[in-house]
Amino acid sequence: MNVFENLRIALDNLLLNRLRALLTILGIVIGVAAVTSLISLGRGVESYVASQFEGLGADILTIRASPPRRGFNRLAIKPLTTENVTALASGVVAPSVRAVTAEYQVQATVVYGYDSLSSSIRGVSANYAAANDWYPLEGGFFTEQDNTAQAQIALLGSSTVEDLFGSASYDPTGLTILINNLPFTVVGVMEEKSSTFGQDPNSAILVPLLTAQSKLGNARVAGAGYSVSTIQAQLVEDADVDRATDEIEAYLLAEHGITDSTQADFSISNPETISEARTEVFTTLTLFLSAIAAISLLVGGIGVMNIMLVSVSERTREIGLRKAVGARSRDILSQFMIEAIMLSLLGGAGGVLLALGITTIAGQALLSGVTPSLSPDVLLLATGVCSAIGILFGLYPANRAARMQPIQALRFE
Amino acid sequence: MNDLHTNNHVPVIDILGITKTYDMGKLKLDVLKGISLQIQRGEIVSIMGPSGSGKSTLMNILGALDQPTTGAYNLDGEDIAKLSQVELARIRNRKIGFVFQSFNLLKRTSAQRQVELPLIYAGSRDRAKKARAALEAVGLEDRLDHLPSELSGGQQQRVAIARAIVGDPSIILADEPTGNLDSKSGTEVMQIFQRLNREQGITTVFVTHDPWIARHTQRVIMIRDGQIVADQPVAEPLVAGEAERPSEAEELQGIFEAAYAPSEAGAAD
Ligand SMILES: Nc1ncnc2c1ncn2[C@@H]1O[C@H](COP(=O)(O)OP(=O)(O)OP(=O)(O)O)[C@@H](O)[C@H]1O
Ligand SMILES: [Mg+2]
Repeated sequence: MNVFENLRIALDNLLLNRLRALLTILGIVIGVAAVTSLISLGRGVESYVASQFEGLGADILTIRASPPRRGFNRLAIKPLTTENVTALASGVVAPSVRAVTAEYQVQATVVYGYDSLSSSIRGVSANYAAANDWYPLEGGFFTEQDNTAQAQIALLGSSTVEDLFGSASYDPTGLTILINNLPFTVVGVMEEKSSTFGQDPNSAILVPLLTAQSKLGNARVAGAGYSVSTIQAQLVEDADVDRATDEIEAYLLAEHGITDSTQADFSISNPETISEARTEVFTTLTLFLSAIAAISLLVGGIGVMNIMLVSVSERTREIGLRKAVGARSRDILSQFMIEAIMLSLLGGAGGVLLALGITTIAGQALLSGVTPSLSPDVLLLATGVCSAIGILFGLYPANRAARMQPIQALRFE
Repeated sequence: MNDLHTNNHVPVIDILGITKTYDMGKLKLDVLKGISLQIQRGEIVSIMGPSGSGKSTLMNILGALDQPTTGAYNLDGEDIAKLSQVELARIRNRKIGFVFQSFNLLKRTSAQRQVELPLIYAGSRDRAKKARAALEAVGLEDRLDHLPSELSGGQQQRVAIARAIVGDPSIILADEPTGNLDSKSGTEVMQIFQRLNREQGITTVFVTHDPWIARHTQRVIMIRDGQIVADQPVAEPLVAGEAERPSEAEELQGIFEAAYAPSEAGAAD
């Protein structure tokens, strides 16, 4: 008695009860399709996120004021200042840092004509455009002179243009808008930038850093210039990110008079760590959704068990006859096990095909830029899970068949 | 087959004091009450007895489908009573060909594949060839691909006989093989049993309720209430198909009070 014979018997039986087999595997098909397409889509989103952060490069560290993880006291947080910016830019306190840009954000009301919106105004230093590879469509970025002169000029993101002037294609260059009732001349529109997860760069209103610090916000810090919201430190070529982080941390800890690094009132992150954290969130989410989808697999497995029990009781006489002509219990066991595994594997194959369709359509229509990846390991997983379902849910019915006594089975009506 | 076995003096079947008791909770049903029996190689034997006397129970024990409560059973020199389930399966596969009253063919399976079934479990080669030879031996060489639903009752039973002989067993056990057949098909089936016995020396034991069928065997064993009450050789066994079975009309001769001639009675008036 070989596997081939059992495969043939199982196949014959499935073909005899085509509709029934089809309905049974439907449960598995849906379960497998749900799980595999979720995993594939999740992976697609993950790699999309990763690719978005890739453009930012790993050689930029972002420093923010942030409460310490444990036992923090908000009032004790010292802000980052222009003095820190100058020190870091000098290359003395942190030799790994090549250049530094600073940003000061302030919430303000923006008015043009009868349109007004409340927006976060971003004061940025003159080297911001170069550091982020983000320039105005026409004309130049703010200069150092604009900054020191506290010029009341603004660069707008494309969404802001649409919000304020009604159309994204409108060219507002030369117009005057009011920011917190101060007149600002629009000097250009920024290139459209693909949004990374989080803040949409196209809704930005950029003004020179010092303008924001002194005219829009009250950022003066006694004896240390002005406060800044974030500092971006660009590293020298081939710099060790961890080392650069340590240098900056040591400097800021000393500046803030903190000895215990767990009590640091600032955070240093780079795109990679952000990307990793976000990817982790997506992975967890994907796993969670897949686990829910796996419940339908369980239901499918119960369907297989149900139909196998029906099949066993329908074929009691057949089992009796097989035993009468010399089948051993284990021959009968493997016959029904193979049938159950075949059922669930067929369901798995159908599910994978369905998932292929779903991910292709979803990839094309729903999430532009996200390419779902139905990788071999997912297929392997689906095959493994389906075999396991077949074995798990086929075992009881098959065992029941195998244990039948030939005489009782033959007499069964 | 007969000449292949070395020791022809050992009976194929040798049972001693076989009993079978069904334990039905409160009630203990003694179905077989000590049966001893020997069947020699090449014999063709029929077992008769009233319904419920234990014929099928005995046959199932002989066929290793069931085990006796007590008693010894030697099949072909092998002590069956001591064997495990797996070994019993091997005995059923290699040494016994069982033919059932209700044919017990697999649904929607071709005749050839039905006959291959024991060979599959034996793991033998040349299954198709052997199956075709067995079907030829029962005169169904032109029905290889027929499904049970495409065969007459007699043909179905012949497929079952082919299935029983294909593995070259020591003995064929048939429990009322003609019970579901009309007299003509029954005679055909008897012809096959006799020919297999005559030409290939196949030892055959079968149960029948039909005295006419029993007259075709060499020996008749009568069972009543789980015991053998008679075990006699048949003086002159009939050859199936040669002796004309008395027609229903002849068998009914003399049971009516008046002669049954309705057309003449009508014409006389
Ligand atoms: N599994 C069982 N459990 C309990 N009693 C049984 C069982 N099988 C058979 N019997 C009883 O054993 C007795 C003999 O049955 P068996 O089938 O051997 O009779 P038989 O001689 O073949 O009758 P028939 O000519 O009608 O086929 C019957 O009384 C039956 O009720
Ligand atoms: Mg019977």
